[in-house]
Amino acid sequence: MHDHLLSVRNLKIEATSYPPGEPPKDITIVEGISFDLEKGKVLGLIGESGAGKSTIGLSALAYGRGGVRITGGEVLLEGKDILPLGKRGIRTIRGARVCYVAQSAAAAFNPAHKLGDQVIEATLAHGLMSEAEARKRALYLFEVLGLPNPDTFGDRFPHQVSGGQLQRAMTAMALCSNPQLIVFDEPTTALDVTTQIDVLAAIKHAIEETDTAALYITHDLAVVAQISDHIMVLRHGHMVEYGTAQQIIEAPREEYTRALVNVRQKKREEAADQTDTLLKVDNVSAGYSNGFKVLFDVSLHLPKGQTLAIVGESGSGKSTLARVITGLLPPSEGSITFDGKQLTPALKQRSRDDLRRIQLIYQMADTAMNPRQTVGQIIGRPLSFYFGLHGAKKRARVAELLEEIEMGSGFIDRYPAELSGGQKQRVAIARALAAEPELILCDEPTSALDPLVAEGILNLLLRLQAETQVSYLFITHDIAIVRAIADSVAVMHRGKLVRFGPKSKVLAPPFDDYTDLLLKSVPEMEIGWLEKALASRKMESAGN
Amino acid sequence: MRLRDVSITAWIGILGILLAFFCAIFAPWIAPFGEREIVGGVWEPMGGAYLLGTDNLGRDILSRMIFGARTTLSVAMAATIISFSLGIILSFTAAVSRGWIDQIFSRFNDLMMSIPTLIFALVVLAALPQSLIVLILVMAVLDSTRVYRLGRAVALDVAVMEFVEAAKLRGEGRIWIIFREILPNTLTPLLAEFGLRFAFSILFLSTLSFLGLGIQPPAADWGGMVKDNKDGIIFGISAALVPGGAIAALAICVNLVVDWLLKRTSSLKGGRGDA
Repeated sequence: MHDHLLSVRNLKIEATSYPPGEPPKDITIVEGISFDLEKGKVLGLIGESGAGKSTIGLSALAYGRGGVRITGGEVLLEGKDILPLGKRGIRTIRGARVCYVAQSAAAAFNPAHKLGDQVIEATLAHGLMSEAEARKRALYLFEVLGLPNPDTFGDRFPHQVSGGQLQRAMTAMALCSNPQLIVFDEPTTALDVTTQIDVLAAIKHAIEETDTAALYITHDLAVVAQISDHIMVLRHGHMVEYGTAQQIIEAPREEYTRALVNVRQKKREEAADQTDTLLKVDNVSAGYSNGFKVLFDVSLHLPKGQTLAIVGESGSGKSTLARVITGLLPPSEGSITFDGKQLTPALKQRSRDDLRRIQLIYQMADTAMNPRQTVGQIIGRPLSFYFGLHGAKKRARVAELLEEIEMGSGFIDRYPAELSGGQKQRVAIARALAAEPELILCDEPTSALDPLVAEGILNLLLRLQAETQVSYLFITHDIAIVRAIADSVAVMHRGKLVRFGPKSKVLAPPFDDYTDLLLKSVPEMEIGWLEKALASRKMESAGN
Repeated sequence: MRLRDVSITAWIGILGILLAFFCAIFAPWIAPFGEREIVGGVWEPMGGAYLLGTDNLGRDILSRMIFGARTTLSVAMAATIISFSLGIILSFTAAVSRGWIDQIFSRFNDLMMSIPTLIFALVVLAALPQSLIVLILVMAVLDSTRVYRLGRAVALDVAVMEFVEAAKLRGEGRIWIIFREILPNTLTPLLAEFGLRFAFSILFLSTLSFLGLGIQPPAADWGGMVKDNKDGIIFGISAALVPGGAIAALAICVNLVVDWLLKRTSSLKGGRGDA
């Protein structure tokens, strides 16, 4: 068995939960997980949140996060079980032979120290190299990871570099001690697609270059397909399917894996008639009171009963545009026309009926609902506020709305904390629907959700549109969602509108540079996509 | 809420408070002697006819304690409730409105806080007619500056949450946002502060009485009783310790209950817990 670098046998992980008003009880988070990992290979762990993938990843460092205990099985590193090593013994392994790359590099770096010092810290602490050697290795890794100005990069502080660069610096930190195994915990999830592809390519290149083995944890099958040799699909702490990346993507055996593979394949035909305009945004510019401008001269329109998708990466001004339309941030120039009538710029001057007709759904349903109100109160408030419904009538209408969002009236007295992420977002949709709006602004309502749950939400939104003829202005960074739901598309970049029109035109060549980059950066469920995308990029830059 | 969910410490607190309120309400019926009645010699020891002894004028200490609970509790409670209402309404209005309303309220609050409380109270109480209402109001206004500080800080935290923005987008008025959206989410720290402030109010009232500006003799109140009997301590007479101990015990009881409430509300489903 010594030919395997890492062997996990029958892993069982438990935690203690403390339900209010009940005695604490032990719950099993992960059970019966076994796998082998060879030197220089990458195993992708994939599953929705709560599947136990991070917990399994951390078990390779014999670490249990926040009250989690490894209660059974073995974790063999080069044939030796690391679980019974104890605190002192495991310390010689962590940071030296096995390293960890966290999801949020911004939170994982100490803002008070230079990047270079932090990258070599663990290596020096373990006495693996002299400082000069470690710095040399860091420099080499910065080069391999494609960081700009590698020789001075280490002198910068974490806030002075971008999120993608920080994530690569963290990978350099993990690779610095020349470990045998690295655990990547969703390293690209928090990044924009155009950045993600760079980081992904850098990680893949660095792994190949240094011949390190890796566990790659993610919820995005298309991402893991690019980087892994094998993939393990997890659900509720159990293994669903294990196989080579090729087999999982091209010939999944299990129902659940098939659903994951097919989740982003949905496409919708755009509406033919795009004339009956509901919302019209004319030459809108906006900025914050300190003079920082976020939107520059944006003009677009949205027909009745249709969906306009606004695409762009973080900082492109797409959420700001939604704030301008709602009146939360009055525009500095330009005007907004709604149903043939010009909207007053500021929220406070708008009539109650104007407010009712435009509703907003937030990205994070957790913070968008008052945690001290029940589902019934949350959905019921717009009913009494806009329509004066009370008592039994209101309750009946709330129950009706809960049926609409496929949840059922049993949830009426629950608090948001008792709901899952998807259910919370459904309640948020019901709250918007309760106002019987003509336009719903959706600010990335599915980006915090697992793919299958997100698909459920999208289907719900589409069904509601077909039933009530409501229009959506759908803000997203995900091209797959645009394909699935949009009639027209607006691409935004750095506060400017890059491209706007019917979906068939916007998503078809000839492209402008930015849209081209954006489209090519979206991972596809296909082995070897990453290499193809990078190659086509290189060709273009050579051509230019 | 079920009775068995109440923790033992909370029961101790509840019993202590109930006892104090019971004494306050039924004082004339349960007190063995009258409030102002001189029944024996000066500073008679505990036991015998006078369970807790007699005070510096020969009045029964137990009876005066029971009557004193009335004034002490009612004045402290009234002052705390008024100071909280005032502090919360002003601070939440400031936090929700921001801009110049916030500036005016906050700077005025700073101004009030910059004057030492006790000296401020002494000056004002010396100038104004001596009545219970004036006393309560002065205590409440001075205490509300502290409540304002805390209230504004916690409300600002909640006011930037998206559900408050959602309420604004719905077109909700300021009253709804303050009382329905923000207040329920700030109850945990405010309740903790309430317990503390109530205990401080008792102490502050006692201080004022001790200095002769609180409850006026011959009416009994715990702080005043400490003052009346303080000279006895020099002669080894423990009469002053009885009301002093009662003040301490009540303060602890209130905080035991508040601690429990705090734990309960923060573990409430969906609470913004501090756990």
